[in-house]
Amino acid sequence: MQDIAVTVRDFITENFFFGDGVEHFSNDDSFFEKGLVDSVGILTLVEFVREKYTITIEDEDILPENWDSVHRIASFVETKLGSRLVGKGDTNRGVYSAE
Amino acid sequence: MGCIPQSNMTTSSVFSSKVLEIDAETVTQGIVKEIREIVFHRLRRRGAVIGLSGGVDSSVTAALCTRALGKDRVLGLCMPEEESSGDSLRLGRVLTAALGIAELIENIGPALEALGCYRRRDEAIRKVIPEYGKGWKSKIVLPNLVDRSAYPLYYVVAQSPTGETRHVRLTADSYLGVVAATNFKQRTRKMLEYYHADRLHYAVAGTPNRLEYAQGFFVKNGDGSADFKPIAHLYKSQVFQLGKYLQVPEEILRRPPTTDTYSLEQSQEEFYFSLPLETMDLCLYARNHDVAAADVAGATGLSVEQVQRAYAMIDSKLTSTKYLHLPPQLMEKVDEVHVGFAG
Repeated sequence: MQDIAVTVRDFITENFFFGDGVEHFSNDDSFFEKGLVDSVGILTLVEFVREKYTITIEDEDILPENWDSVHRIASFVETKLGSRLVGKGDTNRGVYSAE
Repeated sequence: MGCIPQSNMTTSSVFSSKVLEIDAETVTQGIVKEIREIVFHRLRRRGAVIGLSGGVDSSVTAALCTRALGKDRVLGLCMPEEESSGDSLRLGRVLTAALGIAELIENIGPALEALGCYRRRDEAIRKVIPEYGKGWKSKIVLPNLVDRSAYPLYYVVAQSPTGETRHVRLTADSYLGVVAATNFKQRTRKMLEYYHADRLHYAVAGTPNRLEYAQGFFVKNGDGSADFKPIAHLYKSQVFQLGKYLQVPEEILRRPPTTDTYSLEQSQEEFYFSLPLETMDLCLYARNHDVAAADVAGATGLSVEQVQRAYAMIDSKLTSTKYLHLPPQLMEKVDEVHVGFAG
């Protein structure tokens, strides 16, 4: 999960902070409360995660509880990857670490 | 500005739609006085051009300008294109006849075609619906953001020539492409409004109501551009009150508000506000006046949670659309340009 969080944070740093001021943003901070992510921002994030981890993201997955902080996204991705492995009869989540 | 309607609410009264009731005659007099001052003296123009959509906002704006400047100093422009509703042109003409003002019809379809508006829009939609093409119709919609906690994700609703309907979530790339292409419509209309304003030495009247203006429901340098905006401080239901007072034709007052931008019929509610406009009006008023969500729930029939989500949506739009209101940003203030201007 830590690898996923690092990857997501890097993406947010580059695309929403444009490299500036990210040091005051924690991985548990709410994107919504910080005014960081609007409708285009969330679509951008969803596309990044979908392509990066090759996971299917249903409409009902795109809720604040899954997407409103770096850690929530990392947890969501980990769950998705885990359920895919379980589906294949393999519980070794480590093979899907981010990098 | 002396024409801002005063709230009917006191701290001890029960919150209800009565807070939006205005004295239409007094408000009209105030706006008419301001329009004369702005157009003739501040802008030093001879009259006003208004783009007419056949809706209540542009109709009330035109009626106010006519009262303020005289019917011989107002031009109503109807600017249809192949995807706009026939009612838009017809009702625009009903209005110009009722007001006795000059009317011009400018078909913007060929200009949009030349700019690639439709082609570029269709290419953007094909990123999520590859078979989208000739004979298809579409619109962009938002999910209901008030009934559940969700993000404002945009979807394209596309109808095939055989009537099959698809509802597909847009990617950021396709969404931005669709919006950028359809924005040609509002910007082309504004370009024509300024053409006629320039040749007549008129000013351009903008037509947003308070909901649209405050919540950023306009295209920058498109319908958001104008020399003055007579009803931008009025809630939608107050615009209707003025419409009745100004005797705007009943058919226009009864027409459901539409964006008139996409080839499938699209309400403002499904594209932007998620709530009926009269409810959104009350929520915006309440948010502006720090009314407790429980009081708004009682007045609107919404639950407290729904009102809280409506408040969150209002706040979010205020933040995300700030860019639309910003003038070009300068590196330093240029004092000699700004001296003597009211803003």
